[in-house]
This record gives sequence, structure tokens and C-alpha cells, in this order.
Amino acid sequence: MVKLLFFGKLIDHVADMQMDMSLPQHVETTADLRLWLKTHHDQDEVFLDPSIRLAQNNAIIAEPAKISDKDEIAFLPPVGGG
Amino acid sequence: MPVTLLKTPFNAAEVLQEFTKEASGAGAIVSFTGLVRATSTAGERITELHLQAYPPLTETSIERAVQKAQTLWTLDAVTVLHRIGDMVPDEAIVFVAAAAKHRRDAFEGVDYLMDYLKTEAIFWKKEAYADGAAWIEPRGQDYTDKARWAHTSSKLELS
Repeated sequence: MVKLLFFGKLIDHVADMQMDMSLPQHVETTADLRLWLKTHHDQDEVFLDPSIRLAQNNAIIAEPAKISDKDEIAFLPPVGGG
Repeated sequence: MPVTLLKTPFNAAEVLQEFTKEASGAGAIVSFTGLVRATSTAGERITELHLQAYPPLTETSIERAVQKAQTLWTLDAVTVLHRIGDMVPDEAIVFVAAAAKHRRDAFEGVDYLMDYLKTEAIFWKKEAYADGAAWIEPRGQDYTDKARWAHTSSKLELS
């Protein structure tokens, strides 16, 4: 099972901030995953937004990257605290 | 590492007092306290601010920024406190303090860390107003402020 986490404004685009699922066989990379999310959310383009960075198992990654069924993938919109 | 995320309000004056005690022997302490603003950039009255983090990535990234500050300036001690969860205007949201032998290192170390926190630290902010809510992204000015340090970093990396 892969664990997907959605933060910030993305929470308004998904049913739940956490999604646990088995990766469909054709989803092998982060690019596949973004497309898969888009098709499963009413063609919502937000999942393809390059300003949304991905963290794989708690490290921000360069894309596209290979993903596996044991990963935790977090979708991180632009950030800023203070 | 001196990086703490807090779900409950904190008293910046007490934190500074504690930090001053721990930094005994330093010649200079600079601290910055950020408060929840009562008005949004667009001028709306803010009723509540929600801040979300992604632990432990949020903490480890701030710790890396603290380490970077410690390579750029001579700092005896640094502390970073950041609120998460729900807060209201006038509450302290962030506290950064640095102790150094001389003031310049402490001033610049805190300034650098605040610019990092505003643009790169892993937090998401949602402002709630009387008639709605909005997720907030860094302002152009925040990125301009952060870019000031590019020169400092490259200069020191070369020397």
C-alpha cells in the first residue's frame, strides 16, 4: 500500500488528506501518479501543477522519480510560515 | 536541535528569558517575535489562522537552515519556536533567537532564519475571515528578502 498525503490548498481538492491505496500496475513514476490522480479527480489539473513539490518517504525529490508500493508520497504546495 | 513546533500558545518574553539564561556568556542576543496579523494582505479582518506542518520533514528542514546559519555566522546558540494548529490575531506565531559574541552575527543569523521560515519552511497557512477562508502563499517581497542571502552564501563558500 502506498500512502498519499495532501497538504495546504490540496486538502480542498481531495476527499481526505490521507489516501492509502494499492498502486495500479501502470503507475510507476511520480508523473504517472500525478496523471492518475487527475483522472480520478474530475480531471483536476491541480495535481499536475509543477509548483507542487513531492516528498517521498520524508525527503523532497526531483521529478520524475520511480515510486514503489511501500512509499509515503506527500504533495506539498508552495510553503511559507513565519 | 533547538527547533520546536508548538500546538499551544507561548509567551515570547519567557522563552527569551530562558534562552538568555542558557546562552550565558554570549555578548549579544537578538530575538524576533512574529505575531498573527489582524488584517490580511487584501485588507480583510482575520478571525483565525490555521497553520499546518508535515512532521518530521518540517523540523528537519528548519534544523538544516539553522546549521546553515551556523556556518555563515558565528553563533553560540540558536532557538526556533513555531506555532502550528489554530491561532488568533496578536498571538505569537514564531520566535527566533540567536546568541553570539558580537551583535552583527546575531542580527544576521536571525534575519536569515526568518527569511527562510517565510519562504521555504514547510508550513501551510490558511486565513479565516468573517465570510470565508483562503490558503496563503509567500509574497513576492518574502522571496526578494530571501534572495538577499544568495550573495552571503556564495561569498562564504568561496572563502
